[in-house]
Amino acid sequence: MKVDAPNGIVLDIAAIRAQFPILNQRVNGHPLVYFDNAATTQKPKAVIQALTDYYSGYNANIHRGIHALAEKATKAFEETRTTAQHFLGAAHKEEIIFVRGVTEAINLVAQSYGRSVLNKGDEIILSGLEHHSNIVPWQIVAEEKGIVIKIIPVTTSGELDLGVFDKIISAKTKLISINHASNSLGTINPIHEIILKAHAVGAIVMIDGAQAAAHLDIDVQQLDCDFYCISGHKMYGPTGVGILYGKKELLEKMPPYMGGGEMIQQVTFAKTTYNDLPYKFEAGTPNIADVIALGAAFEFIQLHGKENIRAHEQGLLAYATDQLGAIARVRLIGTAKEKVSVVSFLIDGVHPFDVGQLLDARGVAVRTGHHCTQPLMDHFGIEGTVRASFAVYNTMEEVDIFLEGISRIISLQK
Amino acid sequence: MTIEEIQKGIVQDFSLLDGDLEMSVRYLMDLGQKLPALPEKDRVDENIVKGCQSKVWLAADLRDDRIYFKGDSNTAITKGLVSLLIRIFNGHLPDEVLTSELGFMQKIGMDRFIGTQRSNGFASMIKQMKNYALAYKIKSNIQA
Repeated sequence: MKVDAPNGIVLDIAAIRAQFPILNQRVNGHPLVYFDNAATTQKPKAVIQALTDYYSGYNANIHRGIHALAEKATKAFEETRTTAQHFLGAAHKEEIIFVRGVTEAINLVAQSYGRSVLNKGDEIILSGLEHHSNIVPWQIVAEEKGIVIKIIPVTTSGELDLGVFDKIISAKTKLISINHASNSLGTINPIHEIILKAHAVGAIVMIDGAQAAAHLDIDVQQLDCDFYCISGHKMYGPTGVGILYGKKELLEKMPPYMGGGEMIQQVTFAKTTYNDLPYKFEAGTPNIADVIALGAAFEFIQLHGKENIRAHEQGLLAYATDQLGAIARVRLIGTAKEKVSVVSFLIDGVHPFDVGQLLDARGVAVRTGHHCTQPLMDHFGIEGTVRASFAVYNTMEEVDIFLEGISRIISLQK
Repeated sequence: MTIEEIQKGIVQDFSLLDGDLEMSVRYLMDLGQKLPALPEKDRVDENIVKGCQSKVWLAADLRDDRIYFKGDSNTAITKGLVSLLIRIFNGHLPDEVLTSELGFMQKIGMDRFIGTQRSNGFASMIKQMKNYALAYKIKSNIQA
């Protein structure tokens, strides 16, 4: 199928699908329909090839090697940093820190910035839409330092209640950490507005961009966010690699998070001096292969254009949402006006696990459960949802197969 | 019927489904729906089986030296699994439950349709039922 994008570029979805070897298989006797992209996306050949090329051609430890392989590996590794800088719109290359993913990025900021800057009685604001990864690291620091955590509540449509936000933000607020888009519901949060209000009271803002990186335009300078983080595997890259962006002046003031090789300048038993950014935060041999392959994932997204990818995914989302919404026994969970390509729902009388299992029997992969957002599920008074999430390689035909699966479950379930 | 014979019956029932995954899952869900819901008084935390992704409750009674289980789950497929175990164990002596070996799961290819997490939960259910059997065995030995 071809999709007309707003800027006139046509994405050839069949050609894109051909770049993803994993999609060409049958699961339980049916062609695979992969709608679990918010958990992790599949990988294009370019990413897989980058991993193979590295291990079969120039595997070497980076930065201090003087031989040819080490030089080539170092160059490729640092090239991804430059690509990432452009991908996120960062002003400086050294503001890009390689981490394992969003979870590590948030832990790094919580432990390093949180422990060194925040004090008893200070307040952190999170939201009711957060993944456990953006709750628990702050609770650890809050408990240790006597910091108060406040929550922006969620409306019935699954959007942040900014009226309440205006009431809880104050001079005591020192840090706000929220997601750019919700993993459970897809809600796109008004982070620009939140950042402006945070800065007005002198608070800094960390954005969890895990669900945004593959879909939304990100320009950290324009947003003026203080920290932004992404996970490679949710944007067509490998698992185990992600990026923490931080404003240089903040990163420079922060103490190291982990000690080891790479992050030091000089070590004596009396005193160790730390390396400059970004290496201060990259202790130990980094995940070289996956960082290099992440570069290929950035290039994949840039080649097709986020605007085009988004246009295609929004088409799938609108169709799936309309069709599901028209089924009497389906209840949509999260109906925000602005969403990434995630649709969460429940079928009356059928547990989400059972829905997931029955769809899997027909080759359709969705996610079921609380999606690591138990406070959000509590807010809706539910245990979990069925979540279908779309990527650039998904098609309308696949949405039809999924919808047919849902209809079968409903028709045979009295 | 012995525990072994009941297992054979289950394997035979599933063989009629010809290995069709969707049919097997639906059959399990049907079994689950036919199992009477556990009375509120038994749906208590003490009866929850630990290690299950879904909520599973199991309760047991001893009548005329024989053990009888009741169970429930919040998901239909899991309730179907509970129903299979109840069918296998109910009306047997605690010692028979304790010494039984369950091989029907492999024969019906259960790992295909319940996945690793549910398999672990299923093992927890069996363990819990054997624990009940052990408790009743010890209790009757003391009384004897």
